[in-house]
Amino acid sequence: MKYAKQLAIIAGVSFLGEFLSIVIPVPVPGSVYGMLLMFFCLCLGILKLSQVEETADFLLLVMPFFFVAPGISIMETFPLVKDSVVALVAISFVTALLTMVVTGHVTQFLIRMRRKKEGKKHE
Amino acid sequence: MNDLLQDSAYFGFAITLFAYWVGMVLAKKINFPLLNPLIIAIVLIVVFLLVFDIEVETYNKGANFLQHFLTPATVCLSVPLYRKLQVLKDNLFAILAGVFSGCVASGVGILALCKLTGLDEMLYRSLLPKSITTAMALGVAEKLEAMPSITIIGIMVAGFTGAIMAPIMFKLFRIVEPVAQGLSIGTCSHALGTTKAVEIGEVQGAMSGLAIVVAGVITVILAPILAQMW
Repeated sequence: MKYAKQLAIIAGVSFLGEFLSIVIPVPVPGSVYGMLLMFFCLCLGILKLSQVEETADFLLLVMPFFFVAPGISIMETFPLVKDSVVALVAISFVTALLTMVVTGHVTQFLIRMRRKKEGKKHE
Repeated sequence: MNDLLQDSAYFGFAITLFAYWVGMVLAKKINFPLLNPLIIAIVLIVVFLLVFDIEVETYNKGANFLQHFLTPATVCLSVPLYRKLQVLKDNLFAILAGVFSGCVASGVGILALCKLTGLDEMLYRSLLPKSITTAMALGVAEKLEAMPSITIIGIMVAGFTGAIMAPIMFKLFRIVEPVAQGLSIGTCSHALGTTKAVEIGEVQGAMSGLAIVVAGVITVILAPILAQMW
């Protein structure tokens, strides 16, 4: 019973998100609208954590599984770009690592700087 | 074999579950970071399809519906984010600045490497939005008049790179702050990488989910500008 209700709420928010992505003419997917919608509902107290928690945690736990089929579908696109596929994959791989390191270090640096500042204030 | 299975509604579903289960068992037994259940499952299924000469379309008939669970799962990323609301408030500036610099680095890196490897401008524009979530990336690709099939290859490679390489890169480059770890995964590898962030820890999962949104919005604005830089 609890799970049915939680799943219904999550499904409802997903649908609302999808609806927004159809109505609003910018390329933002329903999942992103849905995520923001759920986040604001939680912040404003319209939804309580206990109304979605267990099912949400379960869906997040099994989320990688939902990527198996999309992963296999790219097999079909490889022959379309036979000549440059190695370069495309290599560039995507290297720039992903670059993005990871840059984001990580800039964030880490700023967090540590803020902590130092706050530490000084307390002294 | 394909003739036998092409009308099956459960073949794709069954083999996906089975392969993922094998992947989980193997990944647990052989503790090697590159062996993640998702990769093992995909390799197993691809090999199976090739060996028995089964078309991807036949597989998709039973497995495609699983993709529809991606939206509800992504919606649920708001739950860890809400639980870590204080972390978000405390680090707002660092979060925005970190994700922004990641998006710039991604664009500039793609530009430099495309020039270096002699790829043409069309491929450059197609790769530009590859670190963000599929629907947004395809929207950007359309706006830039790029090739969506290339964008999708980029999106998948970026996603797997984040999911597999994150723990190694964190060690190698000493990224230890949980907030920084989460953001870096989400910024470079959208929801696919976020699955790994959720596994690493709750702060990481929350921040990675947040980065999907922030990086998506920044890239939508930034990509047309970067496209002009060719």
